Amino acid sequence: MKVTIDGQSIEVEPGTTILQAARMIGGESVPPAMCYYSKLEKTGGKCRCCLVEVTKGSDANPTPMPKLVASCVTGVMDGMEVNSKNSTRVEEARKSVTEFLLINHPLDCPVCDQAGECDLQNLSFEHGKSETRYIEEKRTFEPENIGPYIQLHMNRCILCQRCVAVADQLTDKRVHGVMDRGDHANISTCISKAIDNEMSGNMIDVCPVGALTDKTFRFKSRVWFSKPYNAHRDCDKCCGKTTVWMFGNEIQRVTGRKDEFHEVEEFICNTCRFEKKEVNDWTIEGPRKFEKYSVINRNKYAVHPPKVEINTEAQILLGREQDRKKISMTNVPLENTENSKQ
Amino acid sequence: MSMETHNYKDLKQEINITPELMTRINELISHYPEDKRKSALIPVLHEVQDAHDNWLSYELQDKVAEILGILPVEVYEVVSFYTMFNRRPVGKYMFEFCQTSCCATRGVENLMDYTCEKLGVKVGETTSDGLFEVRGVECLGACGYAPMLQLGDFYHENLTKEKIDQLIDDCKTGKVTLLDK
Amino acid sequence: MGRKILLEKINIPGIKTYEVYRQNGGYASVEKALKQMTPDEITEEVKTSGIRGRGGAGFPVGMKWSFIDKKSGRPRHLVCNADESEPGTFKDRFLMEYIPHLLIEGMITSSYALGANLSYIYIRGEYMWVFKILERAIKEAYAAGWLGKNILGTGYDLDLHVHCGAGAYICGEETALIESLEGKRGNPRIKPPFPAVSGLWQNPTVVNNVESISAVPWIVLNSGEEYAKIGIGRSTGTKLISASGHIKNPGVYEIELGLSVEEFMNSDEYLGGMIDDRPLKALVPGGSSVPILPVNLIYKTANGDDRLMTYESLADGGFATGSAMGSGGFIVYNDTTCIVRNTWNFSRFYHHESCGQCTPCREGTGWLEKILWRIENGQGREEDIELLWSIQSKIEGNTICPLGDAASWPVAAAIRHFREEFEYHIRFPEKIKNRDHFVAEPFEKVRHLVTKQTV
Repeated sequence: MKVTIDGQSIEVEPGTTILQAARMIGGESVPPAMCYYSKLEKTGGKCRCCLVEVTKGSDANPTPMPKLVASCVTGVMDGMEVNSKNSTRVEEARKSVTEFLLINHPLDCPVCDQAGECDLQNLSFEHGKSETRYIEEKRTFEPENIGPYIQLHMNRCILCQRCVAVADQLTDKRVHGVMDRGDHANISTCISKAIDNEMSGNMIDVCPVGALTDKTFRFKSRVWFSKPYNAHRDCDKCCGKTTVWMFGNEIQRVTGRKDEFHEVEEFICNTCRFEKKEVNDWTIEGPRKFEKYSVINRNKYAVHPPKVEINTEAQILLGREQDRKKISMTNVPLENTENSKQ
Repeated sequence: MSMETHNYKDLKQEINITPELMTRINELISHYPEDKRKSALIPVLHEVQDAHDNWLSYELQDKVAEILGILPVEVYEVVSFYTMFNRRPVGKYMFEFCQTSCCATRGVENLMDYTCEKLGVKVGETTSDGLFEVRGVECLGACGYAPMLQLGDFYHENLTKEKIDQLIDDCKTGKVTLLDK
Repeated sequence: MGRKILLEKINIPGIKTYEVYRQNGGYASVEKALKQMTPDEITEEVKTSGIRGRGGAGFPVGMKWSFIDKKSGRPRHLVCNADESEPGTFKDRFLMEYIPHLLIEGMITSSYALGANLSYIYIRGEYMWVFKILERAIKEAYAAGWLGKNILGTGYDLDLHVHCGAGAYICGEETALIESLEGKRGNPRIKPPFPAVSGLWQNPTVVNNVESISAVPWIVLNSGEEYAKIGIGRSTGTKLISASGHIKNPGVYEIELGLSVEEFMNSDEYLGGMIDDRPLKALVPGGSSVPILPVNLIYKTANGDDRLMTYESLADGGFATGSAMGSGGFIVYNDTTCIVRNTWNFSRFYHHESCGQCTPCREGTGWLEKILWRIENGQGREEDIELLWSIQSKIEGNTICPLGDAASWPVAAAIRHFREEFEYHIRFPEKIKNRDHFVAEPFEKVRHLVTKQTV
């Protein structure tokens, strides 16, 4: 079957989705995916980040699809033509979804262990804006303890439901799920039960944001300070092939090996992940390739440092815009728009 | 977890699955193919809740999971999704006022204020004797007979202050039927 | 007098019971269908009738039936959607409560046409007493031999059960309904696959509204051609309208499609005009999801034609000046109604009912509600109107199921037709403090405060 995405054609097997075909082509046309995970069944379709425009249904039926479709769950047809990066509608939709994902997000990246390898950060960087239009109070949840290994931070969750799929497909008895509904839907065990299955740690790797993080690595370091090495050991529970994140001679954390789309190549067990933190436990293969699109590699936020202007006199008179808002001082006492922009 | 779950997770309740209740549960289960017992979940939860003072503790939800042969979390997920399942003890007579457009334009909000004032509670609260509770719910499909409220299995429509007075009196004297058996 | 099909026998005393229903010709369509017709012939009749789905989307019923996968050899199911929850709609409840056997008869005939041997009626949990009525009626039908094995000796088997929900509007969406029927959360499925291929327990399934199924017995007995003679153009047959709001005679009416809105509103046979001398202000003709119409677009379309009760005429003018038939929830508002408050009310409804699965709807519906609440309570900002418009346009079309669209359209229509009312709320917060602010001082009296004047 032939499919054309942003003008680039590729032959694929029947049953391939648009997203998979785009990943085969690679490059900028690959739609972002926050909920789809190729190694887990029945994921995808929910976050709406990967919406694309189908400008030609197929050779047999060339009618364009009226609505944007989720590329991760839409199969390709022979002769299908798709616009991803090339479509302003798609660009607009991705901006919208990014804005929606961020309105209730705590934006606590400075204290979040996921920062630096967070898909939501990447998405915001590509499609987000630096200002918010949301002035309402953000939604929050009660903290819940789900055991000694995994930290659940529900306020950061984007409800991709990948962790539920992990529990369903890799563990025998799922104890957590999606509770409540609407914008109060949340991931919970309801009874603060420890999620202690041997494969449960994979929830951390599949989580696209900082909602599920490694408790044994909590607040230890920023991810970009440690260096990833591929390593392996003989394990009777899993493949034993992992990435160990080292700071000097110390193994700070162990994760699965992630590919360029941030998906693990193979799932690993909790013993490998949480209990083997000695260099002697592992055969270290060598440093991992740089990830082109990661903050760690590109350090996007530092490449073009924004120009910081400190105008003390003006600041004293004007105050910062957000502070003025808080005290309902909508009018700027001095007309100086240059400085009131943050 | 949500605030609700946080507050309700440790609540205890006396569980009593009587033989009659079990017969009814088995009848409901028989409506679905043998390997699809989970399909009976929502009807079974209704019956179990009706037999347990109109609420479902997590322990009771575990019991339902056991009866249907499914995981407890599958029951929690469903119970928390649907508004008719209560996860905390509720007032015996729960006045569920429809608040959506048609009822609102016909004055249900003022009527709710009236009822709350009369019972001395706020919306969502139970009276101290555990007898009454006032709730606002979304469209109950009685728009032509607005304003209205649901009490147990039944609808009370075309409400006025006088009708509310009468209904409260009838509840106090035990003249109101809650369940359609 | 308009022709009655569904409510023809509604006034016969005791029609609720099996005996009376049977004595008055009930279950004749089952006899005719099973003994004289093939399933495909029935589907053809339904196609010929042109009847369109009465649940809201208006998709032709016969066409939907013809999509069901008969090749896979998997068991097929018919599921009746009785999860009526669209604000303004209460017609299905009326049918099921007062003439339950009509639906059961329709279910048997339709199940036969689809080759289904196990069918369900999914009713919303709040209609618990109607659930019990149907349960008893199904037992009567079993006892009389209309359900079970080898019906009427024809070799056709059918089991029919009624299943109740538990409070979730989203379960009216057909795939969410199927999920709920499987004992899960009512999360709509991602389509394709469509239920006709993979529905209930992955089997081919057709989901139809109560009213659609209840019309099938008449079509089978009187032919699709007869049914198609009623109505205008592609709006064939009769339709139940649930009328509510500020009108003299609220209730459920059966109308022939093609009746004019003006006649429906004002004739004594139907709504009998406004409840008192307060003037008409706005109309929602098809349940909360469809765009609201301002008074100048109710009786006449934008190009001056009479507005008729048909799918086409109600939608005339598109969303700019038209609306939609929807589920037939006809809500009439007089000038005491605050459109901002009413729009907030609808938004609260959709916020409450969003399943939370996909991002735009989960986050957007709550955002819309919060902004509308601020405006209605005197904390609106001028830019909030543009913000509302932008948010609704970002939800619409980007969600898994139509709930996102349904949440967007009322907001868009309110801003489109009643923008000045929003501006009034924002500019005169002290005037709208009381929730009944338009009772004493309707908007018409204060409109001049916000009307743009060219000097």
